[in-house]
Amino acid sequence: MIVIIDSGVANTGSIANMLKRIGAACRITNNPDDIQSAERLILPGVGSFDAGMGSLAAAGLIDPIRQRVRGGHVPLLGVCLGMQLLTRRSEEGSLPGLGLIAADTVKWRFDPKSTGLKIPHMGWNTVFPENESPLFAKAPEVSRYYFVHSYHVVCDNADDVAATVHHGYKAVAAVARGNIMGVQFHPEKSHCFGMNLLENFCNWKPAIGVC
Amino acid sequence: MLTPRVIPCLLLQNGTLVKTIRFTDPSYVGDPTNAIRIFNEKHVDELVVLDIAATPNGKSPPFAVIEMFASECFMPVAYGGGLSRMADLKQIFRLGIEKVIINSAAVEKPDFISEASDQFGTQAIVISIDAKRKAAGGWDSFTHGGRRNTGLSPQECAIKAQSRGAGEILLTSIDQDGTMAGYDLGLIREVTTAVDIPVIACGGAGKVSDFGLAVHEGGASAVAAGSMVVYFGRNRAVLISFPSVRELSRVFQ
Repeated sequence: MIVIIDSGVANTGSIANMLKRIGAACRITNNPDDIQSAERLILPGVGSFDAGMGSLAAAGLIDPIRQRVRGGHVPLLGVCLGMQLLTRRSEEGSLPGLGLIAADTVKWRFDPKSTGLKIPHMGWNTVFPENESPLFAKAPEVSRYYFVHSYHVVCDNADDVAATVHHGYKAVAAVARGNIMGVQFHPEKSHCFGMNLLENFCNWKPAIGVC
Repeated sequence: MLTPRVIPCLLLQNGTLVKTIRFTDPSYVGDPTNAIRIFNEKHVDELVVLDIAATPNGKSPPFAVIEMFASECFMPVAYGGGLSRMADLKQIFRLGIEKVIINSAAVEKPDFISEASDQFGTQAIVISIDAKRKAAGGWDSFTHGGRRNTGLSPQECAIKAQSRGAGEILLTSIDQDGTMAGYDLGLIREVTTAVDIPVIACGGAGKVSDFGLAVHEGGASAVAAGSMVVYFGRNRAVLISFPSVRELSRVFQ
């Protein structure tokens, strides 16, 4: 069973709709017990960083999530704000993040007036897979995904970058370190491209012999 | 690079799809389920769905139809029509809709915009502005499906909406609606030059090159089309269609 973590206001309905379409059983919950028994975890989120961390804390979910993914066997996918919550901190807020990936979340570093580019980065953009991430296995050569975000993730280690996107400059579009994964875009709203990615996540298995 | 979004704009009335001309004479287009399946297969960027009868008739949003849209659409969907209560917004988001479009309530209770964007994030709140040319020049903004004149210019409405936390503006020309005669580029410029948030141009799209004009000359971030994607030919035969990626990339170059 895939558990979609309900952190209050999030796009849980859309993710459940797409998982249903690809035939993956899921449950939307904020019950810590369900997280402790989940086979896979999806952490969606929209809104601000502190609101996201605050609602995880209020529901008592921070430790259960950290415990469940420890050991590298249960995969976790953060989506949009959910990916940013995997980092240590964000320029958007003051609460610490989950710290599951060596990364920070920063505001887009360009001037909208002089570049003519908008913040948020909203719309369909081409994503370039990196480091042969399993999330993008069998993805078409040109894959487009739907983005809406004003902040983006910066990884300490280039190996943790699973994909990049260009908006003013090259930025992280997806992260992956073992079982900890995240996507800045919305796979649940990205047609067949997103469906392929969620299928890859549902089929992900930890590498045998790694401890 | 981001490509400008091209968004079919579908109108609902009593659960069926209709299309208006200058906000009047809604004609029957068909069943929404069928249309959505086609737009899904064509991988459209986004969808706007407006219930044109909800606010004028004092009705609630048609939740059952919205739920169907949400579960069938694997692209972002924005819904508008009859939204004036926080509880209704919450329900719409829970069903899996990404954005809500607010028009009449934004003018009647401006605090509603701030309250909604505080709770759901600015990216989820679209304010729609329905504009009509004045004989003396300039435009007035209307609510209640083009029935009530607010006395405010579209530019004033847009600036207010942005300052209250709207994330996007859906700007519709009542004069061009359903005519397929091209967008009102002056109107689009009037608003895009006044705000930083993205503006979706709506009303008048008749051919792919109109999209290019709205973006390059009007400054729109996205374009919406109604008649163009539900009608075919001079006699307006119903046919759901959508331009190909190749056609679109040519006009946006």
